[in-house]
Amino acid sequence: MKLQEVKDILDAEVIVGNDLLNMEVRTAFGADLMSDVLAFAKPGSLLLTGLTNPQVIRTSDVLDIAAIILVRGKRPLSETIQLAEELRIPLLTTKFILFEAVGRLYAQGIRGCIEKVGETRDLS
Amino acid sequence: MTFPEIIEQTFAVEGGFDNAGLVSSQVKAFLTGHNLPKDIIRRVAIVTLEAEMNICSYAHRGHITVRVLPHFITIEAIDEGQGIGDIELAMVEGYSTATDKIRSLGFGAGLGLSNMKKFSDTFRLISEVGKGTRVKMLIHIPREFHPPRG
Repeated sequence: MKLQEVKDILDAEVIVGNDLLNMEVRTAFGADLMSDVLAFAKPGSLLLTGLTNPQVIRTSDVLDIAAIILVRGKRPLSETIQLAEELRIPLLTTKFILFEAVGRLYAQGIRGCIEKVGETRDLS
Repeated sequence: MTFPEIIEQTFAVEGGFDNAGLVSSQVKAFLTGHNLPKDIIRRVAIVTLEAEMNICSYAHRGHITVRVLPHFITIEAIDEGQGIGDIELAMVEGYSTATDKIRSLGFGAGLGLSNMKKFSDTFRLISEVGKGTRVKMLIHIPREFHPPRG
């Protein structure tokens, strides 16, 4: 699915990356703990989180995360926006809570980047 | 063909959180363009970010040195910080002495050292209370990315 569709499903506002909404995404990971994002998230996935500090962008850069969706209506710090622009990582915000946001994406075909800890997911 | 020289770079890490994570982005940029597989670069960046967050959290300053050798990459994080009294306990997943500030950034849940161990092939930690901590990690480069022998 295109990032544009993700934006529509979540009624999200694009804060960074209006020109990047054409990218394809198939998988996602949701967490507020960046150490868990580092441990489990896979490259090319969406990251759904409630954290708004620049370390979210750093973590996403390290993992080649496709795009970041802030949930619960969070507004990013200005340093966070600046860093997302610098590293060209799309940053969106939605008013949906994490549970609702992932449920709506799952219903439209987005899958977890892994299903269970210790397993890899074959989406080919 | 001659064997390539060792590529090495040292990155300074300041204590505090203003630029926490900067070095991991710099390390990733440094490794990109050296004919290394993406997942290897990612693993180096992951362990670097955790090591960097630890230096920012628990030390006044430190540095991280990344060396690319023909068959493996080493990542060494050295800090002048409070040190670790009980390394065995510090390695336990979930054990943490982090402040609320560190936790508010999405770290400090007692997973940093175990993530470093998980994503490296060799992990060594030595520490002296009141002096500092040294972490050395090694990540193998897959055979198909080894430089050709002369």
